[in-house]
Amino acid sequence: MRKILFFLVFSLFIIRPSFCAAAEKNQDGFDAGQMIMHHILDSYEWHIADIKGKHITIPLPVIIYSKERGLIFFMSSKFHNPEHIYNGIKIDHGKLTSVNGEKFYDISITKNVLSLFISMVLLLFIFISIGKKYKNNSQRAPGGLQAFLEPIILFVKDDIVRPSIGEKEYSRFLPFLLTMFFFIWINNLLGLIPVFPGGANVTGNIAIPFVLATIILILTNINGKKTYWMHVFAMPGVPKWVLTILTPIEIISVFLKPLVLMIRLFANITAGHIIMLSFFSLIFIFGDLFGNVAGYGVSAMSIAFTIFMTMLELIVAFLQAYVFTLLSAMYFGSAVEEGHH
Amino acid sequence: MEILLLEAASGLGYGVAALGAGIAALAAGIGIGRIGGDAMNAMARQPEAMNDLRANMILMAALVEGAAFFAMVIGLLVIFTK
Repeated sequence: MRKILFFLVFSLFIIRPSFCAAAEKNQDGFDAGQMIMHHILDSYEWHIADIKGKHITIPLPVIIYSKERGLIFFMSSKFHNPEHIYNGIKIDHGKLTSVNGEKFYDISITKNVLSLFISMVLLLFIFISIGKKYKNNSQRAPGGLQAFLEPIILFVKDDIVRPSIGEKEYSRFLPFLLTMFFFIWINNLLGLIPVFPGGANVTGNIAIPFVLATIILILTNINGKKTYWMHVFAMPGVPKWVLTILTPIEIISVFLKPLVLMIRLFANITAGHIIMLSFFSLIFIFGDLFGNVAGYGVSAMSIAFTIFMTMLELIVAFLQAYVFTLLSAMYFGSAVEEGHH
Repeated sequence: MEILLLEAASGLGYGVAALGAGIAALAAGIGIGRIGGDAMNAMARQPEAMNDLRANMILMAALVEGAAFFAMVIGLLVIFTK
């Protein structure tokens, strides 16, 4: 029995490459993996649609600074020539590389950067207009956008920040945590819009969660009080010899906490995008394998699943912003906590 | 034969990555299931604490999910670094 089981499992591994080889032979077929990677990675142009083999894209500016040539600026549509090289620069695996090995800094406005600008404008517009309303007529009932966002702002204030940081210190961290909450939330939601203003995987790009986590690491340790540092270096009420094990762990955990925040946000958002795109790809995979009719047949199920996943992702978008804010508020809370036990 | 073995070995990585993802999903399922079940239990016993319990339940589920996503990221790395 065990032998048969082993054989079955092992044969799965042997059969798989032959599928892979069959897929590679079919060059003009649909490649789901490539399509998904193309959608979740950053790029130098904003791809909107393919109509009858023609790519419809928005070209974005490529900005490069090199020591020899200074600042170079051109649109990414210049790469659409037979050699895909312009100014001695080409795109290799999604990164700009120089043909002759020249070193340069890439400060291009890529898809994610443009999406960041869009979300920035959106955030500024929403919150400056709301702030003005509160300033001008604070006595009147909130209306419009203000009425929609006031419960959420109060939720962040009363349910996240105040209980985890404490009555005395919470107002100091509130502006930052509110900004971060809405930044993550808006970017998650923009990522769920399939067409132009959204669709970039901003919070699912590891650089953005990394920057947020770094800010939290710095803020936590700058605000660390005596109790916080004592808990890191000399946990009170613990025998001396245990400290030799505990202190290294605590020091690692200072860096591990923001790292986990980063991975959680990145992986959640990226996984959501991958799952949705996989359900979409099923249509084309079945269409390639069994003909067009199978593709149409599968599309009904596939679209239903995609809509379901999109609804789930709407919850996840909020939940990840909530969890990120809550956990960073807890870290701040542990940093500013007064010793009283 | 050698080529077949090589192919099998390259397929092994994908297979094990998939297996790892499966096990991680299983473990996360157990974890979230226990959190959800116990939270339901607690809510049935103390309906007045429902709001607190719900918030904590979602938070804990997100934390467990985070661990599962660690596994997913590693699985993805296995596939993409091949």
